This record gives sequence, structure tokens and C-alpha cells, in this order.
Amino acid sequence: MDKILRINMSAAGGPTQSTEKAGEFAALGGRATTSTIVGNEVPPDCHPLSADNKLVIAPGMLSGTAAAISGRISVGCKSPLTGGIKESNAGGQAAQVLARLGYAAVIIEGIPEGDDLYKIHINKDRVEISVDNSNKLLDNYPLIEKLQKEYGDKVAYMSIGSAGERLMASASIACTDPELRPTRHCGRGGVGAVMGSKKIKVIILDDAGCKNRPPQDAERFKTANRAFVEGIRKHPVSGEGLPAYGTNVLTNVLNEAGGYPTNNFKTGQFEGGTKISGESLAELEISRGGKATHGCHRGCVIQCSGIYNDKDGKYLTKQPEYETVWSHGGHCGISDLDTIATLDYWDDNVGVDTIEMGVAIGVAMDGGLLEFGDGVGAINLLRDEVAKGTPLGRILGGGAGMTGKAFGVTRVPVVKNQALPAYDPRTVQGIGVTYATSTQGADHTAGYAVATNILKVGGDVDPLKPEGQIELSRNLQIATTAIDSTGLCLFIAFPILDQPETFQSMLDLLGGFYGIEMTGDDVAALGQKVLTLERKFNKDAGFGPEDDRLPSFFQTEKLPPHNLTFGVTDEELDQLYNWD
Amino acid sequence: MQVNVKLFASFQTGRFKQEFRDYPDQTQIGTVVRELNIPEEEVGILLLNAVHAKLDQPLSDGDLLAIFPLVGGG
Ligand code: SF4
Repeated sequence: MDKILRINMSAAGGPTQSTEKAGEFAALGGRATTSTIVGNEVPPDCHPLSADNKLVIAPGMLSGTAAAISGRISVGCKSPLTGGIKESNAGGQAAQVLARLGYAAVIIEGIPEGDDLYKIHINKDRVEISVDNSNKLLDNYPLIEKLQKEYGDKVAYMSIGSAGERLMASASIACTDPELRPTRHCGRGGVGAVMGSKKIKVIILDDAGCKNRPPQDAERFKTANRAFVEGIRKHPVSGEGLPAYGTNVLTNVLNEAGGYPTNNFKTGQFEGGTKISGESLAELEISRGGKATHGCHRGCVIQCSGIYNDKDGKYLTKQPEYETVWSHGGHCGISDLDTIATLDYWDDNVGVDTIEMGVAIGVAMDGGLLEFGDGVGAINLLRDEVAKGTPLGRILGGGAGMTGKAFGVTRVPVVKNQALPAYDPRTVQGIGVTYATSTQGADHTAGYAVATNILKVGGDVDPLKPEGQIELSRNLQIATTAIDSTGLCLFIAFPILDQPETFQSMLDLLGGFYGIEMTGDDVAALGQKVLTLERKFNKDAGFGPEDDRLPSFFQTEKLPPHNLTFGVTDEELDQLYNWD
Repeated sequence: MQVNVKLFASFQTGRFKQEFRDYPDQTQIGTVVRELNIPEEEVGILLLNAVHAKLDQPLSDGDLLAIFPLVGGG
């Protein structure tokens, strides 16, 4: 990864391209790369959909190598949803292919004149940016099917559906999986709208003739990789739970713990929870000839995903994630897996974040647009309104915050205008700290305190009390920021939190690859450095301490069954970033 | 006394999903786990009436006990 590709869509006479040396970014990756470039180059006060914003795409530090589970790709920009800095990452094949092509980053800047829609084709020998208006308003599945006839099935695609072209603030960028399904999304924060504003429909990545990136210290790297895989396989979460049941194994856990936000955060337990649990989902998938175990990219040794077939045994969508099953399920009072899977398909097809869209629909239900539990109505909203770009569809596609305003709802679960995921902060107080303080807006992955609060992985902090949550969230946010830079899937956190030797093998993997010594302190320092610059960007974009807060209803409405409010004080929240 | 016992994920295999079971008063959670042939070291999460619990905690009539292996997601 010794070069950076810069594409200027604004250039007179059509888009131009240039290649520069990667410099400091040659040994960086993922979130560290995207956030540093956005921080250096994007004016924090610019409009996110203006020519001044940039879309930065970066594979992780270990992507394109033989390292296991290293295929996460990061996309960065100023977010049209939050108005702050954004890093959104996904699996799929793109990271491995882009890294093998030698790119530490692709930076797309400017906006072309006129209405033409572009595609970018990158292979070993050249980069081609061309107009292709035949792709206009195609959604992701038909788009990828069409492109395969042209570019074949040995490439990786990153694309936007109609939501991205329509500049919806919940629009995602889809990355294809090993079977070329557009199912792995850089979902959060509206990165798809930024790609759409630059009039880029799809990036086709072809690594034919490229090899894996070679490690500096082959022996150390190989040994570390073996130990790393062994550690992942022997931990019960990554070795058994995730492959067998996927992330949706959490439905029963959160529901039993009373932390499962139901009917737009009104209660913490959902009657229909068992029907849509990971256990039920896996059973149904297997009975219909689908798969309960599937990897989103080659080289994944956990394989938390699966294949969901419809009643007739025909492919409908990939296994919906826990977050999706919640946002379209319990959050909306819906307890039917086929309905949820259909909504998942439409999210992927139109190209919207499943969390933002599901939460928006639930908020609209609270505002009286539909009854809670109306699955048919929910599908209609997505398929007939959002996918068609009607005024109502644009309101929903603008996210939960916009939907709440449109329908006069007072219970709007967003932080920095980004929708809360599937853990109620009154029952899981640690994740509330992460939601409130993350540079990204409400994001569970930014510092997954659920592990320590509820799952009892990597320690034990009482989920119902505010004590210890700031420190927990701080440490997790720092570590996560670093992991988001490596290209490794965040689910390695379960084994590395519990098994010191697996954490060491991750350090050796990085050290062996780059020919350096890596310590835990180096990882923490990287995380802190990136968080500091993300925070500076947000501050310059107009964010202050008042933006590091949960919506006030979490302090005023008690959540059954524990009947608690969020107990961490504002003063404590302001202590999270105690190093800058 | 009667306890509502729920098992999840791999613990359901060869056992049950939910059963109302009778135990002598003051039975500890660990006794229930052993009686179900669940190796203690495989227990990840114990929720007694929706609150995290420990193996040596005694049960009361009408309790809801949820037993999970170590699981995770996100
Ligand atoms: S564990 Fe799941 S999300 Fe992570 S790389 Fe594997 S399939 Fe993708």
C-alpha cells in the first residue's frame, strides 16, 4: 500500500486522477487513515454534500495480507447525518482487493458539473473514470447483476443504490461479499449520500495479477497468524456462538436482561423476542436450505453471517444482523422473521443503513404513521416510499431525527442526529456513555461496553449502575479506534479481551508484517491520536459538550422492567476525553 | 418451590428451551446448573429475574432463571 489515488470530480473537462506516494499512510490504515485525511483536508464547516467534502476509502493495515479476518474497509468523510467526522466500515471483498492493488487510500474530491453518473474501474494497470448513465437509479442487486456481465465475477464492487443517488442522509455504500451479493454495507452516517453527491455510482476493484502484500518478517508473521487463528477458534464467542447463531444470539440475552428497546424505547422487553432470536433464525435458515454460518469476506475465520432463504427455498437476503433484527423487529413491535428479512433485503438493495432506517420507521410509528407491529406497512414504506424517493420516503431516508421532527415525536433516540442501536442505555449504562460521547454519534461499535456490562467478556461492570462506565467506555473507545485501523473485524475483540496470548498474537501480526515492535501502549496511543483529531474536527464543525449527551427522555422516563433512568451525569460524560 | 428455567443457544441442544421446574426451597443456582449437566465453566451469563446472578445465589418460588453460554455479537 505505497500509493494514494486522488480523483478530482470537479476538474474542468471531466474528472482527473493522480497518484501520489502514500508517505505516512503506508503503515497506517482504516479509520486512522480516513480520519487523518478528512481532518487534514476537509474544511470542518463545509456542507457535507458540497464539493469541499471528500470521500476517503482505506483498507486496513493488515488488509490484502495473509492475516486472518483482515478484510474490513473504512470510508471517511464529513457526515451528512451528523455534521461531524465519519468513519463507517464494512466487510466484503473490497478491502482485500484494494490493498492488493497497492492503494493505502482512494480520495475522491469535488463534484462534476451536469447530471452524468460515473463509474470508476481500478485494476493493476490503470484507473478508468467513465460516464455510464445506464446505471441511473438502479438499486444495488440489479446494478451488480448488470455490471457482472461487463466486469465478471472476479472483482469487488462498492456501490450506491437509489438512496445514495437521492442524497438521503441514511444512504450506505454496499460492498459485495465473496458471492458478489451487495450485502456488506458501510452503513452509518450517510456515506452513500456523499458518494452520490460526487456522482459516483460504483467503484469496480479488480486485483487480477496482484499478489498478497508480503510481510517484512515472514516467520514472525506466520507464527503470529497461526496463534491468532487458534485463539479466535478456541474462544466460545468467536469459535462457537457467532458461527452457530450469528450476532442475533443477542436478542434473547438483551431481552432477558431487560435492555432490549421495544416499541421505540418504551420498554426493555419484547414479547415476540424469542420468535426472532438468533436461535430461531438459525433453525429457520437451516430448515429452508440456507446457511447459518457464512463469511462476509474470504479469510474470515469466525463467519458470523448466514444465508436467509424465503419460504420456497430461494435466496432472499444474507442473515440479518442483530441490529437489523432489532431495528426492524422489536423496535417496531414486529416479530416475524420473513418480514424482517424482507426489510433487510430492501435496505441492502436501496442502500440505506438498517439501523437508521429501522429506527426511523419505529419513530414514525410512534408519531402515528403506522401501528407498532405493522410489518406489511413497514415493507410498504421501504419499497414504495424510500425506494421510489417520494416525499415521505425522503423524510424516512433522512434518518430518525428528521422523521421525529416531521411527525412531532418527542421520543427521538438519536445522538448527534444518529440513531441509537439495539441496547437501551438505561439498562446498559456503559453503552449509553459510548452513544453520548463517541465522535461518530450513537454507535455501539465505537466502544462496545455491552461486552463487559451484559456478556461478561473482558471483565464485569454492573450494567445497571453508572459507576465505572466512563473508564470502561473510554478504554474501549480507544482500543476500538485502533482495531478499526487494522482492518481486523471488531469481533476479534471477544478473544483478545479475554485471552492475553491472543492479544499478543495480534500485536505480533502487526509487528511481523511491518517489521517493528508493537506493544499494547502503541495500540492505545494510536487510538488516542485518532480520537483526538476526530474530536478536533467535530469541535471545529461546531460541536460542544452539549452534543455529548443522550436525549433527555433517558433521564426522565424510567424503563421497565428495571425502572431506571440513565444515571451517568453530564460532568462525568465530560471526563471521557481526559487526555486532550 | 417452582422456578421458571430458560436455556439458550447451545444449552438448548438435548435439553429444553423453557420449563417450570420444582426444587427444594433455597436451592442454589449452581445446583440447577449441575442437575442440567451444564459444565460450570461453560456458563457465560446467569440472569435471575433479569439481573446478573452468581452460582451460589439461592432461588425463591416463582423466580425466572435464564442460563446462557458465553455469547457475543454486536
Ligand atoms: S465475523 Fe462476521 S462481520 Fe466479521 S469478518 Fe467474519 S463474517 Fe464479517
